[in-house]
Amino acid sequence: MTLLEQILIQTINGIVVGMILALVASGLTLIFGIMDVVNFAHGELFMLGAYVGVITLAGTGSFWLALIVATLMIAALGAAIHVTTLRPLLGRDPLNTILATFGVSLVLQNYALWQFGPVARKIQEPITGQFTLFYLDYPWYRVMIALLSAAIIGGLWLFLKFSTYGVWIRATTQDRLMAQAMGIPVPRVLTIVFAIGSGMAAASGVLFGPLVGVNHAMGLDWVLKAFIVVVVGGMGNLVGSIAAAIFVSLMEAYASLWVSPSQAIIVSFVVLILTLLIRPTGLFVPTPK
Amino acid sequence: MTRRPTFLFWIGFCAVLALLIVAPFALPEFWRRFLAEILIWGLLAMSSDILIGYTGMVSFGHSAFFGLGMYGAAAALLTTRPPSLWLAFLYGLLVAAAVAAFVAYFSTRLRDIYFAITTLIFSQIFYVIIFTWTEVTGGENGLTFSRPALGIPGLFSLPFTTLTLYWFVLAVLTASYLVLRRITQSPFGMVLQSIRENEARTRAIGYPVERYKIVAVMLSGLFAGLAGVLYAIQNRFAAPDFVFFVVSGETVIYNIMGGIGTLVGPIVGAGAFLLLREGLSRLFPYLASVAAQHGIVLPGLAEFPHLIPLGLVFIAMVIFMPQGLLGFARRWLNK
Repeated sequence: MTLLEQILIQTINGIVVGMILALVASGLTLIFGIMDVVNFAHGELFMLGAYVGVITLAGTGSFWLALIVATLMIAALGAAIHVTTLRPLLGRDPLNTILATFGVSLVLQNYALWQFGPVARKIQEPITGQFTLFYLDYPWYRVMIALLSAAIIGGLWLFLKFSTYGVWIRATTQDRLMAQAMGIPVPRVLTIVFAIGSGMAAASGVLFGPLVGVNHAMGLDWVLKAFIVVVVGGMGNLVGSIAAAIFVSLMEAYASLWVSPSQAIIVSFVVLILTLLIRPTGLFVPTPK
Repeated sequence: MTRRPTFLFWIGFCAVLALLIVAPFALPEFWRRFLAEILIWGLLAMSSDILIGYTGMVSFGHSAFFGLGMYGAAAALLTTRPPSLWLAFLYGLLVAAAVAAFVAYFSTRLRDIYFAITTLIFSQIFYVIIFTWTEVTGGENGLTFSRPALGIPGLFSLPFTTLTLYWFVLAVLTASYLVLRRITQSPFGMVLQSIRENEARTRAIGYPVERYKIVAVMLSGLFAGLAGVLYAIQNRFAAPDFVFFVVSGETVIYNIMGGIGTLVGPIVGAGAFLLLREGLSRLFPYLASVAAQHGIVLPGLAEFPHLIPLGLVFIAMVIFMPQGLLGFARRWLNK
């Protein structure tokens, strides 16, 4: 296999992982951009979503049902978390939300460890076919993940653009006080935003489950990467995070040609440092005036 | 007028210190070690209070300074024969200071949440490096070494017992507390507090805010490294787990539980958190055994993770007691 072919394969790999990361990060950036909440528990919602997927899949045998059930259940959990822990913090320093969600992540992670044990579970992929790419069998499922992630993000965009709640959400982002004065139920809008972000995390957890296996600590890696993406893409900027997710994943995929994957993550750290040095507001956003 | 509160402070300080000096005599071996551990985590928490409480920057990266202090001490203890306590301190503090300077240079460009996330990611960089660089750092298994003796070369040397180690930790903590207290009351500390209150105005008066912030992060990192060295000496190992960001999160928890901006509060918070964790970790197996004696079998109760109630307590404290135990107690006393 020549270097060029390897690079091509890593490009596809990078885009696939990047789309999943974009799905995780867009939930995170949605929550941050609209609510000023840094959600430390996002990785745990991702992980719990994957577990709900595992259980539903074992019960019903349908991957698609598992995806939908996991998304809805974790969205409901997210709404519950928001109402109980984040709504009381409304109007306080955003740093309080980091602390509260850190507590939430502690609780959720230990719950998962207790409930499901330390052994990793496996999700069977719904599509097992492969196609040949330069003497290498490449699974169709990975391509499907990328397309599905893109579809979910596209759906989110349509929702924000055209639905009543989408308009309310955008109005709340622009000016929370004015939105309230116009009769928009701001607390409910915020709860719904948190639920949507949680549901997206859960969906990506189920989608990603077949590639790595599901365990209680899988959220940690992802939440860190997602934070990098959110900062590199410009906090609260949806398009920026998607671009940054793909960019960072591509960089990591190329780096793993030469170093081990666990070291390749350093590349994304370096991207972050350079971003902070050169453009602290984010690489993929126009310069603020 | 101002003499009376400081007089009261010193009386309280001496009383607490005396109590801590004699406390190990009343405690069995396990709790002596435990108390020393509380003091070490307290020192770490106190170091981050310089940032959280006084400068208004929440650092989620203190595990880097703490862990690198540990590895610095490990380097000194493994490479020099016979292992020297003071060299361990020197190496540990040098490494922690270097890391703190590096992190401070980049992270102080950002504010609020961005600062928190940046420090967090920096600590993860060091975690990945230590975790994967197995030849030097021992990778996942970390490094083990023997404990150095307390002594001055050529004069005397006596091996640490649990008791003398406890007193040593207490002495370091007390000295650090006095130094940090002096710093927070100095003009430098005043500038830090004015940055917390109003950064733009501090800048407008003419203080170089960035430089003050960098020095604050370095100072804080240095004391966190000190805590790391003590922890390495106490437990005779250095492991990548202590560089992981969960340790930073716990440091912030100690601060919030105890009350930020007080220096003593974080130590109280560390004590409260660790005691609560220890108590809860014994509570559930105990409850399960009591239930079993009465013929009730509750599967999973003995293994129930004690961090769940701990996390819930913490969330409740963030919501209902944002000033921490100390602030709560103060308000209650003033009533």
